[in-house]
Amino acid sequence: MIEVKDLHKSFGENHILKGLSTTFETGKTNLIIGQSGSGKTVFLKCLLGLFNYEKGSISYDGDVFAQLSEDQKRNMRAQIGMVFQGSALFDSMTIAENVMFPLRMFTKQSKSEMQDRVDFVLKRVNLDDAHNKMPSEASGGMQKRVAIARAIVNKPKYLFCDEPNSGLDPKTSMVIDNLIQEITEEYNITTVINSHDMNSVMEIGQKIVFLKNGYKEWEGSKETIFKTENEAVTNFVYSSNLFKEVRRVYLLNEKLK
Amino acid sequence: MVKEMFLKPTKWSVMKRLILKDIDDLVIGSIGIVSFIAFFVGGVITIQTALNIDNPLIPKSLVGFATRQSIVLEFAPTFISIIMAGKVGSFITSSIGTMRVTEQIDALEVMGINSINYLVFPKVVAMTLYPFIISIAMFLGIMGGLAACIFGGYSSYDDFITGVQLDFIPFHIVYAFLKTFVFAFILATIPSYHGYYMKGGALEVGKASTTSFVWTSVAIILLNYILTQLLLS
Repeated sequence: MIEVKDLHKSFGENHILKGLSTTFETGKTNLIIGQSGSGKTVFLKCLLGLFNYEKGSISYDGDVFAQLSEDQKRNMRAQIGMVFQGSALFDSMTIAENVMFPLRMFTKQSKSEMQDRVDFVLKRVNLDDAHNKMPSEASGGMQKRVAIARAIVNKPKYLFCDEPNSGLDPKTSMVIDNLIQEITEEYNITTVINSHDMNSVMEIGQKIVFLKNGYKEWEGSKETIFKTENEAVTNFVYSSNLFKEVRRVYLLNEKLK
Repeated sequence: MVKEMFLKPTKWSVMKRLILKDIDDLVIGSIGIVSFIAFFVGGVITIQTALNIDNPLIPKSLVGFATRQSIVLEFAPTFISIIMAGKVGSFITSSIGTMRVTEQIDALEVMGINSINYLVFPKVVAMTLYPFIISIAMFLGIMGGLAACIFGGYSSYDDFITGVQLDFIPFHIVYAFLKTFVFAFILATIPSYHGYYMKGGALEVGKASTTSFVWTSVAIILLNYILTQLLLS
């Protein structure tokens, strides 16, 4: 579980996060949503330890990250898997080498053990015949799956995804969403996804945190988001006619029950 | 950045591969262009020197002497380094800059890897072999001069070789290689700095490469002046 308490982050005069508090539960897909500029990416980078923050605390299963020694931080980071918006695969390595990279860096496994693990995770993300391809030869969806494979290869306790569906078609987006949810439940990890894809919210949002202007405006789940009367949330989530209709039908069904 | 480069070192088994890859990219990959330039510029230096000696009292061997001095003292260590600032420097800046733009450096940091050590240290180590390239440039520059001299009919083989051996001061070689080591460090670090700390997108990668070339060249020229003053005056 990741617990965030009263998190403040500024860039000069620009106060981005204004006292954020929330928890991200283990074994669940936790989504951070909000408009562009609401502070989602800054929040995610604070969670990852890429940005220092002025006030507040972030604890990973009780360990406050900022209070850890450098060695402990290093060990903690080895337990984090990250899927970047642009996949961030290493161009000079093949897909198999990309996936093997965290194992080579953080474990003392033999080459055959590492190879077995790479084969296993690539098969898990349905890429068992792409070992020797370069990232540039893979499609956007394949690159995202490789990024997921790299993120989970070292059996992380925490998985972070920044806009995992950006640039993907709706079908591939659904495949990626389902894969993330399956992996979260299968390995019982704490998954935090930064997204503004409403399909993801409806599909895999077991916990949803809505940010607005650096504040937590609302939190709930994919079920409660249909019922909320919060104006900022409804304006954002139901800005398209399709989702308005989905919500109308959902509420109607609830009424009939 | 230089201090950061030595903190939290990457595993040796991984670092070894990175160093070998950088030796291939930065050193071995530059031999062709350096050899080509050194040979022909050596020839041009000889022709220019020979054409400017019209006094019959000046011995023909001076052509070989002037070629050796020009190539060993300045052309090979300094001007090849300026050329390398364009070739190797732009490569380093653009490759690290692209990694920054595509979040590959963030990926390394998230994994708890010291990205400066991972990216810059192997380049600095690889560039310790840079004097090897300069040795080739010195040799081929003089060979180019010899070829130009013989085929252009400016002096005989014996005269040229006598000139090359004339008044040889071993400290000049020490001076040339001391400069080369300093320039090798500059060639690895200034372009890395510009790539690592760049902000923006693809267009900014191009701008960072140009900026890094300018600053690397300026640093080489200034340090060349300072080192020459310190070591030869």
